[in-house]
Amino acid sequence: MTCTAVPTLHALANPARFVAIARPATPVLLGLGIVLLAIGCWAGLTRTPPDYLQGDSVRILYIHVPAAWLGMGGWSGLAISSIAFLVWRHPLAAVAARAIALPGAVFAAVCLVTGSIWGRPTWGTWWQWDGRLTSMLLLFFVYCGYMALARADAERGGDGRIPALYGIAGTVLLPIIRYSVVWWNTLHQGPSIGLTRSSIAGSILWPLGFTMAGFTLLFAGIVLMRMRATLARLKAEARMRRMARS
Amino acid sequence: MNAWPFVIAAYAITLAAAAALTLASWLAMKRAEK
Repeated sequence: MTCTAVPTLHALANPARFVAIARPATPVLLGLGIVLLAIGCWAGLTRTPPDYLQGDSVRILYIHVPAAWLGMGGWSGLAISSIAFLVWRHPLAAVAARAIALPGAVFAAVCLVTGSIWGRPTWGTWWQWDGRLTSMLLLFFVYCGYMALARADAERGGDGRIPALYGIAGTVLLPIIRYSVVWWNTLHQGPSIGLTRSSIAGSILWPLGFTMAGFTLLFAGIVLMRMRATLARLKAEARMRRMARS
Repeated sequence: MNAWPFVIAAYAITLAAAAALTLASWLAMKRAEK
């Protein structure tokens, strides 16, 4: 991050300025996300050939991979927000972290469920305690733990430091999930999609770009809506406190 | 094995979860901003 980017981020972290930007951005993110998702799902179900080994079950790829990406990416966002909260003590960062937790947990759960459904016709089993599946299940539980902790902290009037530290500590799971298929040679396939190359044929892979972008924009729109809801509630509570004092 | 029932189930669960999450977040936002 450059020296000029930090003041810019601080300016954006003003709740009123944030809401002024988030209000028009929310329908754009949601609308674009739904359109890209519709194109990706339609193409993935009807426009691509079945895999020569897995047959039609390979089509689960177009929803399973984005769910895994958002489950892990969500925790990365939560951890970055937690660091920003601890370093700059800006409450908007804590609001962002808490807004990410539920969508992140939902997409981690979707990743586990779609992976299980994919596993039945492909591996012959719904579940296996292999490195990737187990570490992803742990991430889901860590999300649940964060939500419980953040709620308890808010109810007891805490300063938000404990959930933020928990959010940072949880990042230890991310490299374990990422490299689980390399470190432990178990049922889940090895890494097949990288930043620069993929072992999946282009004729099968291309709708994944649409569903990845679609789900990511939808996720961003959901996080913005949840942040706006929290900010509006905090504003109303502050107004009530002022009225009670006067 | 016919994989289509598994594919349909996976898509139905994913899209239902995404739709429920979007709708719940939108309702919570509208209620809070009212």
